[in-house]
Amino acid sequence: MPYGPHAADDRARMLETIGIDSVDRLFDDIPEALRSGPLRLDPPEPELELSARLVALASRNRTDLASFLGAGAYRHWTPAAVDQMLLRGEWYTAYTPYQPEVSQGTLQSIYEYQSLIAELTEMDVVSASHYDGGAATAEAALMTCRATGRERLLVSRGIHPHYRRTLETYAEGAGLRVDEVPLVADGPLAGTTDLAALGAMLAEGTPVAGVVAANPNVVGLLEDMVRVGELAHDAGALFVHVIEPVSLAVLATPGETGADIACGEGQPLGIPLQYGGPYLGIVACREPLVRQIPGRLVGLTRDLDGQRAFVMTMRAREQDIRREKAASNICTNQALLALAAAIYLAAIGPHGLRDVAALGAARATVLEAALAAAGAPRIHAGPYLNEFAVRVPDARRVHAALLDRGVLAGIPLADLLPDDPTQAEGLLVCTTEVTTPAEITAFADALRAELAGGAA
Amino acid sequence: MSVVGKKLQPTIFEMSRPGRGGGKIPHPPADALDRIPASARRATALALPELSEPEVVRHYVNLSALNYSVDAGFYPLGSCTMKYNPKLNEWAARLPGFAGLHPMAPDAVAQGTLQLLFELEEMLAEISGMAAVTLQPAAGAQGELTGILMIRAYHRSRGDLERTEVLVPDSSHGTNPATASMAGFKTITIPSAPDGGVDLDAFRAALGPKTAAIMITNPSTLGLFESRVGELLEATHAAGALAYMDGANLNAILGRFRPGQAGFDVMHFNTHKTFSTPHGGGGPGSGPVGVREVLVPFLPGPRVLCEPDGSFRLEREGERASSIGRVRSFFGSTGVLVRAYAYLRAHGGTGLREVTDDAVLAANYMKARLAGTFAIPFERACKHEFVASAAEIKHRTGVRTLDIAKRLIDKGYHPPTIYFPLTVEEGMLIEPTETETLETLDEFIAALIEIAHEAETEPELVTSAPHAAPVRRLDEATAARQPNLRWRGMTGIERPCGN
Repeated sequence: MPYGPHAADDRARMLETIGIDSVDRLFDDIPEALRSGPLRLDPPEPELELSARLVALASRNRTDLASFLGAGAYRHWTPAAVDQMLLRGEWYTAYTPYQPEVSQGTLQSIYEYQSLIAELTEMDVVSASHYDGGAATAEAALMTCRATGRERLLVSRGIHPHYRRTLETYAEGAGLRVDEVPLVADGPLAGTTDLAALGAMLAEGTPVAGVVAANPNVVGLLEDMVRVGELAHDAGALFVHVIEPVSLAVLATPGETGADIACGEGQPLGIPLQYGGPYLGIVACREPLVRQIPGRLVGLTRDLDGQRAFVMTMRAREQDIRREKAASNICTNQALLALAAAIYLAAIGPHGLRDVAALGAARATVLEAALAAAGAPRIHAGPYLNEFAVRVPDARRVHAALLDRGVLAGIPLADLLPDDPTQAEGLLVCTTEVTTPAEITAFADALRAELAGGAA
Repeated sequence: MSVVGKKLQPTIFEMSRPGRGGGKIPHPPADALDRIPASARRATALALPELSEPEVVRHYVNLSALNYSVDAGFYPLGSCTMKYNPKLNEWAARLPGFAGLHPMAPDAVAQGTLQLLFELEEMLAEISGMAAVTLQPAAGAQGELTGILMIRAYHRSRGDLERTEVLVPDSSHGTNPATASMAGFKTITIPSAPDGGVDLDAFRAALGPKTAAIMITNPSTLGLFESRVGELLEATHAAGALAYMDGANLNAILGRFRPGQAGFDVMHFNTHKTFSTPHGGGGPGSGPVGVREVLVPFLPGPRVLCEPDGSFRLEREGERASSIGRVRSFFGSTGVLVRAYAYLRAHGGTGLREVTDDAVLAANYMKARLAGTFAIPFERACKHEFVASAAEIKHRTGVRTLDIAKRLIDKGYHPPTIYFPLTVEEGMLIEPTETETLETLDEFIAALIEIAHEAETEPELVTSAPHAAPVRRLDEATAARQPNLRWRGMTGIERPCGN
């Protein structure tokens, strides 16, 4: 056993103390008919060979491409200090801080994370973390139902389709109704949430608990979030603003748009892409909803000597206390990823975060011009930050052909939004601060060549 | 003696001074945001702290020193399986090919990760005796929700809409009833029998045409194997219900008991317990779910598929209409799963059985050595953990289990899980795991015996513990009554004592 601690005679000494002759005696309570034979797995692999196997597997993935892929997960530069800190065993080999006297590091780091995200979103209360953007959005939607006592949700088709699917899975279990608000098909507002349709849906049928919309939305467009919030509130519903955290350095915050709850994916804050997780689900809300927020919360308090200290608090909402009446079943969360986000924000600072957002936008301006010149103009007219859709005929084929030329040309809209035929003929592309001018040139050149007839 | 530091830290907000930091990101052109309408822009200044990198590093190094951790000492926290976290696994997850792979990358770009995930599913299926495994759930609780939603979909697919109840034993994890509620079921709690197992008569009485599922932790949260498991499963299936196994305690039965082979229909794994992926101060976990054949059609999507030519691909949206759908944004907590894969490969089938044998041996050794000092409510062989009770000590001296736990901190240990399960008075759930030396076990046993002695001779020393931690016991009541959940303002005047 590779990490086993026992010297030659240790097991014999332990068996003698227990008063048995074989460890098998400790399994006599498993009914004989139900006992397992040997597991049919490969033999143990020594570290040297295992490390070679892992390197070989990792190198079968292609991460050398000029990538313009976003769609809910984003490549960013993470200061080297972040991972150096995360590699400290004091962080990653600790458990949930149920013993606050020996967990002040984790507790204070979570309190600081809550405070940082509260500042970024301009909300009052931030939970200690959720699984990812999709699960956080589902939990935020369920929260509106608990708070209002209503059972119907309106979800913009401008939120990430995977979030919509996740929300549906959760809502199905809870017996809630989910209606999707369409996007405007054409004109200057094309690709944004159809506010007239939203108004009509709010006015008719079952009262709505919450309206869920994202900014930027799934095709990168900026939504009129203030108006979405007003429509929701006029109908007595709560407003859930789905965020992209880096963009909040420059875009209107949930606090400013009148949101009751903010939620979203924290991955852009210093967390590697790693094929989808572990990521960081963000849920934040205004003060009056604090008893409805799911997940752990850390608060500031004092010890017996009056020293300042931190502790998990308001635990009466949680599953280990409330059991079937809990606000959620969440137990294990994403504490280490919340820590990563906090260290990232501390290391990059307010000006750095603004530069990350603005540089991504500047690169996108360059990419937009280069792709238009290559024959792929933007599809939509509305403002965007750093992600946008371009019109490309036969987008799936072109996307595959560009991959052969070393360019990961975003994602075909038909793959991202298979349920929306109006979005079929295009690619969704994205830039961030790590996108280089050379990559943009390579993308435009390859696209021009491909649209001209495929000659390399 | 304590293995944590004592120097409390100011918050990063108090450390902030305008003008510090920078040098990470090139400056964007001044007009970068001109094309964004003013109405869409952030109106207020972003008041994040400004710190130099050396300050950031010191802050997080000094904060980390306030934590107890497996890397620093023995962490016998029952039901949490705080085993050693191999360093190879941390290295592997950070390989650029794994860490840099985008979740929406085309299958052709992701063959290495897809192969790893496919092989991991097969290994977990073999370990559990299940027909298929989904790696998607982010943690055990999400695995439970996934499993219970599949059971719900199964009954509905058969037109059986009357099954509205889920049975759980009174010793279960709180996540079980909370999950049942989230999936729209009513929880029926079943009492335990005097031997710690499920009360079979009460169980049979509660079982009926309204029962959708039973949720059983095996071994139980008392560390006991459910020896009537055969009867429980038979009765469950005879009633038309399905059986869910909470796999939190899988570390006790690897290579000894395969839940799927025994008749459980669905179970979750906690990779952060059984397969050594780090607990991370509360997460991330990962909660793969294994199912028997009848539930395979309902697995969440997308699944990893192996094509006839040996290549791998993800299932496409809508490819399997019977699926319960998506439970999260992307495929799964792949970075965690890389670590679990490395752990399983390092051990192989024989190594996993040794893991279980050594974990169970260590727990029984500790139980035998502590039996003269603490009450052991269940004397039969335990599995990977056991419950000891300080009820007699409390009645005699007034010293509670909570006090003993806090006193253990002074002696350099993380306390065991206390007051769980709730069914044992003044209970301590002790789980040593298989990665501790005999010397460590002996030293911890000596510390516990010493504290029991202190309870008789110097009870105030124990009831006022901890004395060697950076803070003393906290005012949790005020924290809950007047919650302060975020820092406001940048340069607060309130600093911890001594700073």
